[in-house]
Amino acid sequence: MNSFADQLLVLVMLINLVMLGTSRLNFSIRAVAVQGVILGILPGLIHPFSGHLAGITIGIILAKGVVIPYLISDAVHKAHIKREVEPYIGYVPTLLLGAVFTAISFAFAEKLPLAPEHKDLLFVPASIATLLTGFLLLTTRRKAISQVIGYLVMENGIFIFGMLLTEAMPVMVEAGALLDLLVGIFVMGIVINHISREFSSIDTSRLRTLKEE
Amino acid sequence: MLYALVLLPLVGALFALIIPDNRLRPLILPVIATIHIVLTSFLLGHAPPPSHGGWIWLDPLGKVVLLCISLLFAVCAFYAVGYLSYRQERPNRVLCMGLLVCLSAMGMVTMAQHLGLLWVALETTTVSMAPLIYFNQNARSIEATWKYLLICSVGIGLALLGLLFLAYSTYVAHHEATLLLGPLMVSARGLNPAWLHAAAIFLLVGYGSKMGLAPLHTWKPDAYGEAPGLVGALLAGGLVNCAFLSIIRVYQICLASGTEIRFFQQAMLGMGLLSMAFAAVFMARQADFKRMLAYSSVEHVGILAIGLGLGKGALYGALFHLLNNGLTKGVLFLSSGNIHRSYSNKTTDVVKGALTRLPWSGGLFLAGFIAITGSPPFSPFISEYTIVSSAFIDGRPLVGWLFLIFLVIIFIGMALTVLPMVMGAPPVNIEPTGYRDRLLTVGPPLFMLTIILVLGLWPPAFLVTLLKDGAAMLGVKP
Repeated sequence: MNSFADQLLVLVMLINLVMLGTSRLNFSIRAVAVQGVILGILPGLIHPFSGHLAGITIGIILAKGVVIPYLISDAVHKAHIKREVEPYIGYVPTLLLGAVFTAISFAFAEKLPLAPEHKDLLFVPASIATLLTGFLLLTTRRKAISQVIGYLVMENGIFIFGMLLTEAMPVMVEAGALLDLLVGIFVMGIVINHISREFSSIDTSRLRTLKEE
Repeated sequence: MLYALVLLPLVGALFALIIPDNRLRPLILPVIATIHIVLTSFLLGHAPPPSHGGWIWLDPLGKVVLLCISLLFAVCAFYAVGYLSYRQERPNRVLCMGLLVCLSAMGMVTMAQHLGLLWVALETTTVSMAPLIYFNQNARSIEATWKYLLICSVGIGLALLGLLFLAYSTYVAHHEATLLLGPLMVSARGLNPAWLHAAAIFLLVGYGSKMGLAPLHTWKPDAYGEAPGLVGALLAGGLVNCAFLSIIRVYQICLASGTEIRFFQQAMLGMGLLSMAFAAVFMARQADFKRMLAYSSVEHVGILAIGLGLGKGALYGALFHLLNNGLTKGVLFLSSGNIHRSYSNKTTDVVKGALTRLPWSGGLFLAGFIAITGSPPFSPFISEYTIVSSAFIDGRPLVGWLFLIFLVIIFIGMALTVLPMVMGAPPVNIEPTGYRDRLLTVGPPLFMLTIILVLGLWPPAFLVTLLKDGAAMLGVKP
C-alpha cells in the first residue's frame, strides 16, 4: 500500500510543476482540484480504517476537490479572465526553480530527525516541495486568483505533513480547519470580485495606493 | 456557562441576519455585549474547572484576555449604534454579523487549551474581520482587505505547520501525538528538541504576523487606516490580544521544556525592539492619523513582546499592558473615528483644531494620546514602568535604555501629528458634515478613558490577584 501512496505523492509533486508552468487559470484550478482529491485518498492508504478516517477523506475530497475549486472558478468566470499575464518571474524560470526546490526538499528531508517508520516515505519531501511551490506561486504571480491558488497549494503542503499525525488532530479540529479554509477562500473570492469591479482588473500590482510617502 | 460565551454571540449573529431593518439591527450589538460582560464578570470569579479531557479551561491568562475583549467589545457595541446611525446609507448586516462571529471566536481563543482548537478559533477571527475592514467599499479599503487577508492567512497557515511540528515532536518522543496544552507541558522535557525548535520558529512567525510584530507588520497600517474606527479598535485591542495569548501558550510549552525558552525569549526581545524601532521611524511625520495609530499598535505589540522576552517581573507588566493597550486603543480609535466623520478626511493637512470643532472627541483623542505614550496618571504608565524597571533590575540595561529611547522618539513623533490636529483653529473652508458629538459616540470612549484612569490610580485588588496568578503560570514565583 505504501508504494501506491508514494506514487500518488509523486503525482502531487508533478502537479506542482504543472501549475508553475501554465498560464491558463482554468487549468491551474483543475490541477489544484486533482491535488485535493489525491490528498483526500492518501490518509486511507497509510492508516487503518476508522470512522474518523472516513470523515476526513470525505471532508477533504469535498472541500479541496469540489467546493473550493468551484468557488475559485466562479470568481474567474465573474472577473472575465482566462490567463495569468506577465508574472513577475517568467514561467520557465519558475518551473526550473520549482524543480530545484523539489530536489532540495528531498535532500533536506533526508537530514530531518524523522520517526523510523516515516524514514522511507515520500510524505515529508512532498510536503516541503508543495509548500515551497505554493510560496513560489504566491510571490511571483500578479493575478489575485493565482495568489489564491498559491495559498491553496501551500495549505495542501501543510496537509500532507499533517497526514503523518492524524491522531493529534481530532475530527472536530480538522473539520474546523477545513471550514475555515473554505470560508477564507469564499471571502477571497468575493474580494476578487470587488477588486475586478473597482480596478477593472484583478492585477494585484495595481493595489499600490496604500504606502508610506 | 463557558459555552454560553461562545454560543451567545452566534445567536446574536443569527438575529442580525434575520432582522431586516438597517436602523434596528445595530441594537442587537449592545444587548449581546451587555449579557456577555455580565457572564464574563461572573466567570472571572467562579470559573468552572477544566472540562473533561482538558480541552476547555478558562485559566488566569485566558481571564485577563477575556476581560479585555469583553470590555472593549461592550464599549464598541454601544458606539456602533451611534456610529451606524450616521452611516445609514450603507447596509450594516455584514458588519453586525462579522462583529458577533468575531466575538464568539475571540471567546473561544481565551478558553481553548487544545492548540488545534485555538488555531481554528484564531483563524475564524481573521476571516470574520476581513469583510469589516471592507466596510467602506472603495478602492483603498479593498486593497487593505486583500493585503490583510492574504498575509494573515499565509501567516496563520505557517502557524498550523508549526503546530504539526510540535505534534510531531511528541510523536518522535513517545509515539503519541498530542496538542493538548497540559500533557504537552508535562512531557515537554522529553520532546524531540529539533522539532520543538522548528515548531517554535514557525509558531512565532505565524502568530507574530497575525499580531503584527515587525518585520511581519506590513498589513497593519493599511488595514487599520482603512477600517472604520470601531473595527480598528477591535483589531488593535481584540485580535492583537488573541494572537498574543497564542504566543503565550507557545511560551508556556517552551518554558516547560527548559531548553527552548532561551531562544524564544531572545526572539521575542529582538522582534519587540525591532517593532518599536519601526514604529519610531514611521511614526514621525505621519500625515494620516489612522495609520499613525496603526504604528502605535506596532509599538505596543513590541512592548508586549519585550515584556514576555524579559520574563520574571516584566511578565506582570506585560499582562497588565495587554489590558491597558487594548482599552487605550479603544479610546483612540473611536475618537479618531469621530474626527474622521466630522472632517470626512483623515490627514493632518485638513484636520486641524479638533478641540474647537469637536471639544469632546478632540479632548478624548488628546487624552488617549497622553495615555498611550505612557504618561501618568493613566494605567499604561504603570505597565510600561514595570517592564522597563524589571529590565534594569534583571541586568539588561541595554534593553532598558533602547526601550526608553524608542519611547521618547515615539512620543515626539506622535506629538508632532496629534498636537496640530487638536490645537489651533479649524480650517474655515471645509464642507460641513452631518456629524456632531453625541452621547452614543462620545460616551463609550469616555467610559473607557475613565477605566484606564482608575486602573492607573487605584488598580482593583481582584485584578492585581488575577494578573499575579497569570504571571505565576508563566513561571514567576509569587
